[in-house]
Amino acid sequence: MPQVIGVPRETAAGEKRVATVPEVVEKLIKLGFHVRVEAGAGAEANFSDEAYQAAGARIVAGAAELWAGSDIVFKVRGPTADEIALMHEGATLVSFIWPAQNAELLEALAAKKVTVLAMDSVPRISRAQKLDALSSMANIAGYRAVIEAAHQFGRFFTGQITAAGKVPPAKVFVVGAGVAGLAAIGTASGLGAIVRANDTRPEVADQVKSMGAEFIGVDYQEEGAGVGGYARVMSEGFLKAQAEVYAKQAREVDIIITTALIPGRPAPRLITADMVRSMKPGSVVVDMAAEQGGNCEFTVPNEVTVKHGVTIIGYTDLPSRLAKQSSTLYANNLFRLTEELCKTKDGVIDVNMDDEVIRGTTVVKAGEITWPPPAPKLSAAPPAAAKSAPTPNKQSSGHGHGGRAEQSSSVATVILFAVAAIAFWFIGAYAPAAFLGHFTVFVLACFVGYMVVWNVTPALHTPLMSVTNAISSIIAIGALVQIAPPVDPGVARPEEWIRWLAVAGVALTTVNMFGGFAVTQRMLAMFRK
Amino acid sequence: MSEGLATVSYIGAMILFILSLGGLSHPETARRGNLYGMIGMAIAVLATVFGPRVSTAGIPWIIAAMVVGGSIGIYASRVVKMTQMPELVALMHSLVGLAAMLVGFATYIDPAASSHMTGAEKVIHEVEIYVGILIGAVTFSGSVIAFCKLSGKIGGSPLLLPARHWLNLAGLLVVLWFGREFLIADSVDAGMTALIVMTIIALLFGIHMVMAIGGADMPVVVSMLNSYSGWAAAATGFMLSNDLLIVTGALVGSSGAILSYIMCRAMNRHFISVIAGGFGTGGAPAPAAGAAQPAGEVLPILPAETAELLRDAKHVIIVPGYGMAVAQAQHTVFEITRLLREAGVDVRFGIHPVAGRMPGHMNVLLAEAKVPYDIVLEMDELNEDFPDTDVAMVIGANDIVNPAAQDDPSSPIAGMPVLEVWKAKTSIVMKRSMASGYAGVDNPLFYKDNNRMLFGDAKKMLDEVLVALKA
Repeated sequence: MPQVIGVPRETAAGEKRVATVPEVVEKLIKLGFHVRVEAGAGAEANFSDEAYQAAGARIVAGAAELWAGSDIVFKVRGPTADEIALMHEGATLVSFIWPAQNAELLEALAAKKVTVLAMDSVPRISRAQKLDALSSMANIAGYRAVIEAAHQFGRFFTGQITAAGKVPPAKVFVVGAGVAGLAAIGTASGLGAIVRANDTRPEVADQVKSMGAEFIGVDYQEEGAGVGGYARVMSEGFLKAQAEVYAKQAREVDIIITTALIPGRPAPRLITADMVRSMKPGSVVVDMAAEQGGNCEFTVPNEVTVKHGVTIIGYTDLPSRLAKQSSTLYANNLFRLTEELCKTKDGVIDVNMDDEVIRGTTVVKAGEITWPPPAPKLSAAPPAAAKSAPTPNKQSSGHGHGGRAEQSSSVATVILFAVAAIAFWFIGAYAPAAFLGHFTVFVLACFVGYMVVWNVTPALHTPLMSVTNAISSIIAIGALVQIAPPVDPGVARPEEWIRWLAVAGVALTTVNMFGGFAVTQRMLAMFRK
Repeated sequence: MSEGLATVSYIGAMILFILSLGGLSHPETARRGNLYGMIGMAIAVLATVFGPRVSTAGIPWIIAAMVVGGSIGIYASRVVKMTQMPELVALMHSLVGLAAMLVGFATYIDPAASSHMTGAEKVIHEVEIYVGILIGAVTFSGSVIAFCKLSGKIGGSPLLLPARHWLNLAGLLVVLWFGREFLIADSVDAGMTALIVMTIIALLFGIHMVMAIGGADMPVVVSMLNSYSGWAAAATGFMLSNDLLIVTGALVGSSGAILSYIMCRAMNRHFISVIAGGFGTGGAPAPAAGAAQPAGEVLPILPAETAELLRDAKHVIIVPGYGMAVAQAQHTVFEITRLLREAGVDVRFGIHPVAGRMPGHMNVLLAEAKVPYDIVLEMDELNEDFPDTDVAMVIGANDIVNPAAQDDPSSPIAGMPVLEVWKAKTSIVMKRSMASGYAGVDNPLFYKDNNRMLFGDAKKMLDEVLVALKA
């Protein structure tokens, strides 16, 4: 009996996203599930009920009917108390939960004896990347943050020289180079701004540079990477050094985008009131950590405020502001999770707690709270110590090897010359004059061949081989002169034997001669510009 | 024709041969080079046939033999497919080897050839015969085995007999011993025994040598046999005191030797270790490399998605390998290239020196499919461009794009120059399965985040990509 996946309309105020899109509905049906979508669920994200219907979903009129008839519910935001009440025992819910912040929600769900998979708890291991909804949402949020900033900012991002005068490029400073930060960097530099970025984890410097920004380091020795590739709380000394860097950037840049978050803690206060005051009038601060309290002292969640001529954007619904895109990516994340849950493709999910990814994602299993999961086995970024240790090792061994190879090759050269000298001396001392003549020709021809062949372009190596192959059928001459040479009278000669050997030799080599040249010609004719 | 005229004609032929090889330095001049080769060969043959060394009684025989051989040769050159070039070349090498053997035997039983020789001259002459037949026999049997391996009549995996180095050494000692017997023999019959024993050992040695070499080392073997066929011709030249043969043989021999050297360098392997056979058996800790097994997840991709990636890309580099030749996919590759280029995508090909089964194999296949040669580049020419490349598509290649060659010093292929496809924004590897490459090394490329695997037969998958691109 295939299970029913239900997708309700999001009830949270201002939430425009939807947990599945028509394209993904088709894929879910291919996995064997029935899909039901509440009427109007995708309206805010520009997905009509008809589109869902065309993809094979059934449209259900009310939330009550949908929740009651679904074995699995896909949602974006965590459920409200009313929605929990609609669930039946044994059902499964997949949505964002934030179990660390929402202990009561977790209790309420557990009391209902359901299974809950939290999309925010997907372990950060490479296998789980394709279902990492946090990353896909952060990517969208980073993009949107720049767009919001551009909307409030009174100037171009890109520098221009126009007939009416010169326009300086905007300077953007991005704090925190996680997924959102990197997306913001990419978007801002794509618009033509000069982008700088800072992060407590020095290993992201390369990623920052690859996105086209300058990495602003804090000159203070401390390791900022925590478990699972997230940042962690830093020491006081570091924070002081960091504040100085930020203060300097605040004076110089036009736009600051902050994305600094530490899991399970309020967002760090990085942009102080003084820093905002020091910014140029008309500057913009986008605080992407507004929901967790904000990185900027003046941030008001969900609002745009102006303080000291600086616009501070505290939107917490950035992904929802790009509803179509974020719904599509979120739906794909959910589909990938469903694939993991339903490896048999028979439309029935199996919450396998031995699977590292599913174990980490599941926060309530049949009424039992299973959060927090055991610590992840693999850190996404290996600790710096392990990274740097093999490097000198490699270098030294490489160097030692190189030295040995050089030595041995020079020894080999000396030996080669010695052997050649002895061989030449031997030939010179004993060989008759006629042989020496041929020998001279031979050695010179080897060198000519060496010089000529090095000039051959590698693309023509196959024609080179077939042409040399054709040329080596010059051996035919050896056979030709034996077929019927003018013989000195008085020499007994096994004519028959020699003739047949020689005729066979001629026949064989002419195969080569004609075949080799003809095939080379054929090949070379194909090379064209 | 007098002796003098014949010699002058020979000099002309030599010059034409050198010009012929020189012409191959560029595709523009290559056709003229081939023409020089043909003219040179025609001059050499005519000068010999009408020269003082052939009496008129022989001419009918010669014409008959040449008509038979020539028609077979031209027929073969017409029907051969470009994917079969390595086999054809190997087969042709075997003919040269066989001819060298026959000429050697004929010279030995011909008393006229050595009647006027005495002392050191005679000894040298006999050594030349001995060596000439030896090289000819090794070339012959080695090329036959190479042909069988390349055409799939024998499996490509190396045959590793126990104590094979000792077997070879014993063979060499026996050959040397019989060489001594051959030189001190006082009649042709007595010498013949030694000669035949040596020939058999040389044939066996040739078989054994090529049997011990695996499929991906074939470029080295083919070019090495090419070199041997040249040395066989040179040895025959010494035997017959003919400078034209010596010069031509030396040209061909050094050409083959250089190719072998280039191939070995492209695999970062020593010539000796390739010839000694087997892979990674030269003391390299091949099994120990298992400790560095790459881990992670392989991300598959569909042909339609591949087409989308290609369409959205600005710069694409295609890296073909032997798999493309096996699947005969070069024409589809060209169609895709044409479509993309018309759409303004910059498509280029990156060729690793040892891609395929003989030097330059990929170039010939792509040329056959009408891919313009100015977008087919060597590894060194575009390896630095990968970071600016949007999509790097690997078709049926594995070891030549293995990052372990750079990152993992314990890898059996460590130090081998490779195409750095993983530096592209996305790399797509077309492969039939997850089986490891010829070297038996797992490829960490497949597990990289920016890599996608397109599983299936290269031709079929590319056809689907083409259909998706056209749609």
